[in-house]
Amino acid sequence: MNAKLSTLWQSLFGNSVRAFGVVSVVFLCSLAIAPAKNHFSEWRHYQHGYLKMIRNRSEANTLQRHFQGGIQQIWLPDLGVVDRCTSCHVGLNEASLTDVATQPFRKHPVIPHKLDEFGCVICHRGQGAATTVAEAHNSTLAWEQPILPARYIESSCGECHRGALPGTPVLNEGRRLLARYGCVNCHTVKLADGTTMKATDDPPSLSHIADKTTREWIYAWLKDPQAYAATATMPNFKLSDDDARDMSAFLIANSTPVAGDSIALPAKPSSDPAAGTSLYGESFCASCHAVQNAAGNLVGGNVGPELTRVGNKVKPEWLSAWLRNPRTYDPGTAMPHYRFNDAQVATLSAFLQAKTDSDLLANVHLEAATPEQIAHGKRLVSDYGCASCHEIAGIKKPENFAPELSRIGSKPITQLLFLPGMPHTLPDYISGKIKQPRAFSPGLKMPQYTFTPGQVDALTTALLSLNDRSTTLPPSLTVPAVPESNYQPAGKAGKLMSDLACFSCHRINGHGGDMAPDLTWEGSSVQRAWLVSFLKNPGTLRPALIRRMPRFNLTDEETSELTDYMITVYQNPVIDRDSIPLSGYSAGEIELGRQLFYGKYSCQGCHILDSKNDKGYVGPTLTQVGSRLTAAWMYQWLKNPQSLRPGTIEPNRAMSDEDAQAITAFLMSQKGSTKKEVAKK
Amino acid sequence: MTRSLFIFFTVFTASLCTSCSHKRDSALLPKPTALGAAIVESSGGKQTAQAGTLLPQPLVVQVNDEQGNGVSGALVQFAGAAGVTFDPPNGLSDSSGQVTTNVSVGGEAGRYQIVATTFDKSHKKIELKVEEIALGYQQTLGRTLADQYCQRCHNPESTAERVSNYDNLEIKPHAFTEGDTYNKISDTDLAAVISHGGPALNKSALMPAWGNTISKSDIQALISYIRSVSDPPSRDAGPLFAKN
Repeated sequence: MNAKLSTLWQSLFGNSVRAFGVVSVVFLCSLAIAPAKNHFSEWRHYQHGYLKMIRNRSEANTLQRHFQGGIQQIWLPDLGVVDRCTSCHVGLNEASLTDVATQPFRKHPVIPHKLDEFGCVICHRGQGAATTVAEAHNSTLAWEQPILPARYIESSCGECHRGALPGTPVLNEGRRLLARYGCVNCHTVKLADGTTMKATDDPPSLSHIADKTTREWIYAWLKDPQAYAATATMPNFKLSDDDARDMSAFLIANSTPVAGDSIALPAKPSSDPAAGTSLYGESFCASCHAVQNAAGNLVGGNVGPELTRVGNKVKPEWLSAWLRNPRTYDPGTAMPHYRFNDAQVATLSAFLQAKTDSDLLANVHLEAATPEQIAHGKRLVSDYGCASCHEIAGIKKPENFAPELSRIGSKPITQLLFLPGMPHTLPDYISGKIKQPRAFSPGLKMPQYTFTPGQVDALTTALLSLNDRSTTLPPSLTVPAVPESNYQPAGKAGKLMSDLACFSCHRINGHGGDMAPDLTWEGSSVQRAWLVSFLKNPGTLRPALIRRMPRFNLTDEETSELTDYMITVYQNPVIDRDSIPLSGYSAGEIELGRQLFYGKYSCQGCHILDSKNDKGYVGPTLTQVGSRLTAAWMYQWLKNPQSLRPGTIEPNRAMSDEDAQAITAFLMSQKGSTKKEVAKK
Repeated sequence: MTRSLFIFFTVFTASLCTSCSHKRDSALLPKPTALGAAIVESSGGKQTAQAGTLLPQPLVVQVNDEQGNGVSGALVQFAGAAGVTFDPPNGLSDSSGQVTTNVSVGGEAGRYQIVATTFDKSHKKIELKVEEIALGYQQTLGRTLADQYCQRCHNPESTAERVSNYDNLEIKPHAFTEGDTYNKISDTDLAAVISHGGPALNKSALMPAWGNTISKSDIQALISYIRSVSDPPSRDAGPLFAKN
């Protein structure tokens, strides 16, 4: 062996010329390493591939001219962006490459931002400065932020855009769910603008719960809320039988009665078996409450709780008092005070009491609670943070009950505990936590929700948008959300409006629900007489809608109080109600308007004016519009509907003044027969 | 030395091969108890979803015998282009011969071809190809706008929550999926008819002018959405991602 080695040495370095030659070759080779690495680099390979691909296309010359070889870089010091992605993704800006299916050569889909103003990593995450596929896309030892999967991509929009965008339905839904399912009651979410995210669910107070329901129902509900109502917001805490027993014992023992929230009715329910159903229908309870039908489908709205098994839950005396005036038990409820008479309350109460499921409480038998059980129940109620959502007498709302989520979207992977077999990425961790919170460790308190896979993705998207960049971004680069107004009408009418819960459906000055029309300018819009008759007996304005305004059985005094307030206060500054007369138009002008209505503008496509021939279902019925709207409003509406109600789908037809005047004249001539109908009543 | 190297390499390659082939088998396909003669789509084809997300309805395919009756216990496997995921990726047909899977489309906008495979009695592959549509940002925006402004008339399907106005119109609008109609109209003409109303193309005035209500870029988004859902597909429908 040694002999061999020495001959090798001799042959390579035997004399100085040879040694010089060999060393030179070795030196040259080592010098060649860097250029060779460069030559065989991945990005060069992809650029060659791109050139090969474009060679066969008809627009090859244009593409060739646009092509720039070598490492490309987008550098944006303000945003901290150094993105070299365009070294391989060569055709991102080439409009003609839309049909290319192979990456990295596809054109970037159309988005509202320019590539060279934002770079790539801001939206897609990944390591922008990297020049190899693996380092740019995957998480490495030095860079743990891999490419964001497409299903969560809208989270990046949410870093700067704090409000809802029309193009980001997933993000919008996720943010809505975070508030709607009370996530933010336990988890604090501080937003970059300094505010804290507020919950939009309305968990009931448990301080007087014994008036409303039985211990057996509480027990069944605590064990499995979704067994009572599939749509329940309350998650499943997976309580043991004993724990549910003790918690229900505590809640009943802790409850204090409220004066007047239980009444024994003097009236009997109507003897007509259909009376309950028709009163439920007439009162449009289904606009807010859902009931499961025989086929198992939910029918009705989701503003109030589902009523499929409400007879199992509520005590008859409580239900009667609630139907008579819900504000006695819960002053802040979204339910309107209907002003039913005793017979109606009895009928509706009996109808609702009959909505039961015999299986629900069949196996619940609870012994009288012992003081130890009640004490244990109280401890459990504090431990599980029930008071984070519900008001419970004697238990304070805990502060920071669960980990803060304000920067969850930047949480380092090293700080996360993954389940076996789970991909080690942040989105997978977050969605795993939402899907099965208790799987991560036995002692965890987070309850089990019943979200669909789409909802889990939406929530994950919203949570990923809460990250370091979203909090540290200079304010000049962010697009703030429109803050929710806390408008409250004043005085007697204001009291009446909160008693009737107008804001559960209507929006005024940026506050309220979106089920019914915005009433911000109602005073400019409608005629007083119509508003009075509508409040007394709301008629059908939109034939295709199943959600309708209920009748509240208001007194004349209440009606005029409300009408006066709305007509005087909800005035649009641009419209002078009395500037255009309500009647007295010439026959010629009316006829011109008719021709424009049916001809040039074809309004009958969406509106019913002549109930015999027109069928349009999209807009409100116009058969009596001359008695309903003011001429000044109508004229301004025809000229520019969005100026009066932003976002309305009535198209702005850019009508000339003459056309708008003629159509106003024609519509004002449609007085209908409201007066006769009112007289009949 | 060379010998040990040789042995080492043989062992290494062998183990590599076994590990690879093991990986392929590790999906552990359920054992079929029956074989079909044909595979057909029951529901769930031609759906749209945002790129990378779950389709609203599951994909249901049915394995039939020669008489067209469902075969239970036949193995169906689903496959698609990179990025498409199936839950579950395979399954045995139920008592009515059906297999149901939830499909997430890939992360890029375009059409995704999904292949459902089963084997017939002579152990020959029979395939069913279904297309699903993935919407990019612009098409998603277009879909939102279409739902807001257009679909009340253009979509003939009514639900209790939202009654279609289609039947009320004397001259019927075209559903956006009608590729035969829309593919003949250029982008410029489509933009003109949306901005200036039906009369711009000598069509019905029941189609109002939206040019003062919907911005130019939003109209482009609408067109992009219409192109992406048209059937047969439009030239601008984006690439077709087939099984690779």
